[in-house]
Amino acid sequence: MIMKMEKENVEMKKIEAIIRPDVFPAVRRALALEGIDGLSVTEIAGCGRQEGRTGLFRGNAYEMEFSPKLKLEMVVEERLVEPIVEAILEYAATGDVGDGKIFILPVDEAIRIRTKERGAIAVY
Amino acid sequence: MESFEAVQNSVDMMWMMIGAILVFFMHAGFAMVETGFTRSKNTVNILMKNLLTVSIGSLLYFIVGFAIMFGPSAFGLLGTQGFALLGRDDIGFFVFQAVFAATCATIISGAVAERMKLSSYLLLVIAMTGVIYPVVGHWVWGGGWLSEMGFVDFAGSSVVHLTGAVGALIAAWLIGPRIGKYTDNVVNVIPGHSIPLGALGVFILWLGWFGFNGGSTLAADPTLVPLVIANTLLAASAAVLSTALYTKFRYKQIDASLSLNGALSGLVGITAGCANVSLIGAIAIGLISGVLMTESIRFFDVKAKIDDPVGAISVHGVGGIWGTLAVGFFDTTSGVLYGGNFGMLAIQLVGIAAIIGWTSITIGGSLVVIRLFSTLRVSKEEEIIGLDYSEHGTQAYELKDVFKGAAPRSNDFAKRLTQLGKSVPTR
Repeated sequence: MIMKMEKENVEMKKIEAIIRPDVFPAVRRALALEGIDGLSVTEIAGCGRQEGRTGLFRGNAYEMEFSPKLKLEMVVEERLVEPIVEAILEYAATGDVGDGKIFILPVDEAIRIRTKERGAIAVY
Repeated sequence: MESFEAVQNSVDMMWMMIGAILVFFMHAGFAMVETGFTRSKNTVNILMKNLLTVSIGSLLYFIVGFAIMFGPSAFGLLGTQGFALLGRDDIGFFVFQAVFAATCATIISGAVAERMKLSSYLLLVIAMTGVIYPVVGHWVWGGGWLSEMGFVDFAGSSVVHLTGAVGALIAAWLIGPRIGKYTDNVVNVIPGHSIPLGALGVFILWLGWFGFNGGSTLAADPTLVPLVIANTLLAASAAVLSTALYTKFRYKQIDASLSLNGALSGLVGITAGCANVSLIGAIAIGLISGVLMTESIRFFDVKAKIDDPVGAISVHGVGGIWGTLAVGFFDTTSGVLYGGNFGMLAIQLVGIAAIIGWTSITIGGSLVVIRLFSTLRVSKEEEIIGLDYSEHGTQAYELKDVFKGAAPRSNDFAKRLTQLGKSVPTR
């Protein structure tokens, strides 16, 4: 039988942040200070409003329209969403086009595989 | 008898040419070590620095360097004749020396990696291979004042490696650390991107070193070459072992990257004395090299806060000083440990001091002059985006090559994608 934990009713959110690779150390440190130690990072490439760059290969110019970015993903209790967003906004912003985006999504359930715990307790 | 001498000459020349070819291959080793120990966004830049160094070095050494190094001596300070090999017929000797000159300059590129502007670096290479290194070489190998004193540096622990490392130290110090290396008094680790490439580079350098030391006999002397090669092999092996064990003792684990550096420190250490010490002496020199190098890397990284991504200052500088001094201890005829007096050791010290003094003043001067007309390092933005893109407009690894580079610039689709961002009104 799986024990239902008391925190089962706490709302959870998933935060996806697309950021510049070079701001990652500062963002990571700020998140750690907010108590966020668990996150996934993926190297991605994307395009949006940021201009492509012109590359040069064997004398030919070519368009590098996709810019390298990092995608941070973390699932947290709802009350942590605002502090995390503020930390990312503070440390990921350079003011230029291409700083990235933050997406906040609802999460139905979280399950820790090792202990089979369900709910917000599983994302700590 | 004449034919015997002809054969002898051919064999000697053959050995020296094999040596030159092996030393040339060391540039592949330097390129791979420096590539592996730095970040992927600066790979093309490091490779171009190495490629241009050996090319500029060879040409410049032909035009001026060789004459300054081996021309008839003026007051024991520098050579004055033989520019562009005019009046000289020892082309084989020139080739062997030319690949050495480039080696000396390429040491700097590792220490200033990931931040020094390519054009400023190349000006430094010109100063190094054209004048700074040939003058040192003249003092020691070209009949200059240090060789008159009895200074011994068989294959170049100090002439090549210490000279390069002093240049590296001054340049790395003047340019400053990479962005993010030191923040709020914390020393951050900036890991290299490919230990396999670094390891390949070390093995290539080790191989090339048999030519570097072995070829410095300048003749296929059956009584000398085997000793030199054996000393080179044993010293490097001993240094790897001592570095591995010492890092295990100091940091609880065998540090792979430092052990790779350890091989190089042993090779630099034995370079000065490879023809003058015994096999046991070579092992002792190697063992001490590894420990000195490990502590030196820690000192420069943590205490002196001089950012040296590949450890060039410690490997070539500290290793070079130790190797040069070690001749004074381990020389089998006049070393301190073989009943000799401290006279030889004192001469070695004078040589080291002279080389450090000359190189730091001239390199420092060159850098100050370059800084008057240009900047030594790339801008902050260029450094963050990586020198591959900012200096060469390309990348070593197209990680996302599924998305990139397929369309030429004129292609309508590519144009549309690039225009996409610009055409959207930003509110």
